[in-house]
Amino acid sequence: MANEHPPLRVLIVDDEAPARSRLRDLLTDLAAEIPLEIAGEAGNGREAIDFLSVHPVDVVLLDIRMPEIDGIEVAQHLQKLGHPPAVIFATAYDVYAVQAFDLHAVDYLLKPIRSSRLREAFARARELKAPRMEVLQELRQEARTHLSINERGRVHLVPVGEIIYLKAELKYVTARTAEREYLLEESLTRLEQEFADRFVRVHRNCLVARAAIRGFERVAEPGGEGHWEVVLAGLEERLPVSRRQQHVVREIGKS
Amino acid sequence: MSINQNANTSALPNFRNLGILLRILVVVNAMGIAVAAIKSDTPAAAWQELLVVSAIIQPPLLLALLTLVAVHPALTELPYWLSSLAVLAIALAAALVANLAGFDLFGAPRGGLLRQFGFTIAVTAVLLGYFNLRGRALSPALTEARLQALQARIRPHFLFNSINAVLSLIRQDPKRAEMALEDMADLFRVLMADNRQLAPIGREVALCRQYLGIEQLRLGERLVVEWHVDAMPPDALIPPLLLQPLLENAVYHGVEPRTEPGTVAINIFLSRNQVVIVLRNPFQDGGSHHTGNRMAVANIRERLALHYDAEATLTTGVRDGTYEVRIVMPYIRG
Repeated sequence: MANEHPPLRVLIVDDEAPARSRLRDLLTDLAAEIPLEIAGEAGNGREAIDFLSVHPVDVVLLDIRMPEIDGIEVAQHLQKLGHPPAVIFATAYDVYAVQAFDLHAVDYLLKPIRSSRLREAFARARELKAPRMEVLQELRQEARTHLSINERGRVHLVPVGEIIYLKAELKYVTARTAEREYLLEESLTRLEQEFADRFVRVHRNCLVARAAIRGFERVAEPGGEGHWEVVLAGLEERLPVSRRQQHVVREIGKS
Repeated sequence: MSINQNANTSALPNFRNLGILLRILVVVNAMGIAVAAIKSDTPAAAWQELLVVSAIIQPPLLLALLTLVAVHPALTELPYWLSSLAVLAIALAAALVANLAGFDLFGAPRGGLLRQFGFTIAVTAVLLGYFNLRGRALSPALTEARLQALQARIRPHFLFNSINAVLSLIRQDPKRAEMALEDMADLFRVLMADNRQLAPIGREVALCRQYLGIEQLRLGERLVVEWHVDAMPPDALIPPLLLQPLLENAVYHGVEPRTEPGTVAINIFLSRNQVVIVLRNPFQDGGSHHTGNRMAVANIRERLALHYDAEATLTTGVRDGTYEVRIVMPYIRG
């Protein structure tokens, strides 16, 4: 039976070294019954995404409480991969998360993890699919800390705090940081909702980071009454404020 | 020593406690303001009246308080009814002395001595009644019940994570696993003990070192601990488990959310006969766990108030990306 499938490739993601080493021990024990191999370990979300961009795996054992990018957000970014892996979450103590997992039939392990429970999870792992995006968004309703972009098969993380503006152009949204531009496949409206306290809409097709607004300048137009432009911190470029969004100039200009 | 001013249900307040003195000043002056307001028609007239009333009540008030501070130990020897009478006598004597001195030194109008006595008796009775009621409200039984309820509770997150860390050590480093379990046992012994009495600061520091040792196991080089306790008075008594919950917060909110190493610094020293404890940890902006921290800080603030009334303070602040908790409390020798 066991020879029908190639061994499951597993990635361990936990920010605590002892927790990773325990999982490695348990998985090594389990490998005698269920063919699996440990493809690697990651100490935080960013390492996990970088690893998975290069080494595809079947199952990710993902700790939830981790610095910077938590486990559920990591799972959200993994959706950008060509073949997102199945995810088994691990958490030490979180009543709310556990209720939510049960509700959405997402697989999870409670730390300290029992080997019998791990065996159960892996026995089902072949049927397990990557968690659906909607479910992950349900589980984690806070705004993401990073946006992810798939570039030539690799997933790039862009910290939301570094984005100066988001601009909709035809099919895509461009995210501009001080260094460069990224193309996102997300809708500007959804981004506006998710990051409402960080970005403000200055134009039908443009959201600007409040923190990056240095001021506003009135630009005269020959024969017209002119319009406002946003002066940005860190970029020479100016962004036009549409007539409909002119109230933004007053609201932000004041504060 | 811990809950000193309320040893019996009917007892005088501790006149050497800053909080008690403050309460007396506030109540007497509030009554002065009330008198001024009743006697006047307009706010301006009330202000004038208040100046006059103040000139009459402040000198005897201060005189009486100074006397009470001086004779407090003698007063505590007396039964409650006798000591109350003594307090009243002191207040009346202060009123008389102030009245005579005002007449002799400044030629102030003499009249109204009887009215002053009346006011003094009323104020003293109100204050003694208030402190008696407050003493009953804060009776040892109730105070102890509140202290019991406020006792630090271990975060379940810490319990499960440290069990997990020990489990991971059992195969690779059984010796360290043993030590970690011993530390955990010590920690839980203290956490489950009766922690209502003050305890030596050295014991608290030792406990905190064990706690941080367990956290170090999990977090490795991500947790950097700096102890500055050379100037710590080793015989000082403090409420037990004062420091440990704050350190737990520092690790949970300041170190765990970071990928880079974070430093938790503990500074304990003696300054002008007060024990000062300063904790610092990196401040992480925009976390969703800040309510937990506020609850722990509020809990410790309340325990300090139950032990020391207004004589201990706990302040928190953020400066240059560092979160700081500062506790100042009276130096009580063990």
